[in-house]
Amino acid sequence: MTVTETELAEHFEATVARGDRIEPRDWMPEAYRKTLIRQIAQHAHSEIIGMQPEGNWISRAPSLRRKAILLAKVQDEAGHGLYLYSACETLGTARRELTEKLLSGKQKYSSIFNYPTPSYADVGTIGWLVDGAAICNQVPLCRTSFGPYGRAMIRICKEESFHQRQGYELLMTMMRGTEEQRAMVQESVDRFWWPALMMFGPPDDASPHTGQSMAWGIKRNTNDELRQKFVDMTVPQARALGVTLPDPELRWNSERRAHDFGEPDWDEFWAVVEGNGPCNAERLDRRRRAHEDGAWVRDAAVAFAEEGAR
Amino acid sequence: MSEWPLYEVFLRGKRGLNHVHVGSLHAPDDRFALMHARDVYTRRNEGVSIWVVRACEITASSPDEKDPMFAPSGDKVYRHPTFYDIPAHVPHL
Repeated sequence: MTVTETELAEHFEATVARGDRIEPRDWMPEAYRKTLIRQIAQHAHSEIIGMQPEGNWISRAPSLRRKAILLAKVQDEAGHGLYLYSACETLGTARRELTEKLLSGKQKYSSIFNYPTPSYADVGTIGWLVDGAAICNQVPLCRTSFGPYGRAMIRICKEESFHQRQGYELLMTMMRGTEEQRAMVQESVDRFWWPALMMFGPPDDASPHTGQSMAWGIKRNTNDELRQKFVDMTVPQARALGVTLPDPELRWNSERRAHDFGEPDWDEFWAVVEGNGPCNAERLDRRRRAHEDGAWVRDAAVAFAEEGAR
Repeated sequence: MSEWPLYEVFLRGKRGLNHVHVGSLHAPDDRFALMHARDVYTRRNEGVSIWVVRACEITASSPDEKDPMFAPSGDKVYRHPTFYDIPAHVPHL
């Protein structure tokens, strides 16, 4: 007796409905596989491209302590990219293919990394706001329906906590410094606040994939839910730090028991997604060059392995 | 008489969890190894998925190498969140 596609689909739906995980050798709808490849690849690419904005400051970190921390952090981003590429490969896609799609612009990465880091305070702000937003996004993904993705997220979240804390501690240190240093922190927060809010993606009514992704248990919360959660978590942290979040509409709504806040500039968001952000070309160009410049290392490793096998 | 090769056995306890090493067994080939693993290691519903791999195919670090292998991460306390002092009144960090 052969199992029909309908029966396979029913089994899949039942597994997801029970809150159980789908594992790589399970049957899954082609659209589910495609959606996951798109999402995990975008996530992996974000970790890899995300090394660049902060890597910018490694050679100019103000102390050996800060330099060691920054190196460890950027190293973690590379590691996170590798966990996610491996998870993506369990869906039957090849690593080479993923790299090619990033370099040719067929797959995207998070828009936040298309913003420049002209100030050292940006290292702190990225840790606090950008990694903070990433954690908000990633914690629910630990329970995503695809096993390998969820397990990668668990490892990543565990490591990400250091990233956010080092950022906040850096900013606290600067806020205890001179008037000029405090101004640097405020200026950096002013630049990163809105792009950080955009990290959760477009509003729910303009997010074409959300409904299906929630039904499949890939996503656990909508973009707007996560954005609200992030704002509510961040406001008291900003107060303790002594910085102002650049949104005149930001205030506590005691009826909703949540903060009201302004609308990010979605035209800017779509422009950056479409490739017209301040650093899109530079980021991809740098990644392409790193890939080409690293070719001899990959070739040498293969030659060395062949030598050993002889 | 020739001995069957040794296989290492990994079980996934339930969906969503990693495969975890549970032990080893001898089998004449991969197919038998899988069947033996089921009989030896999952008689009480211990798993939903089994991996078997020939022990000789596993590359492992040796216990003697423990120091040179893992020492580089030993002195990097700044990789841990507790390295950073954040005042107790700052929430959600």
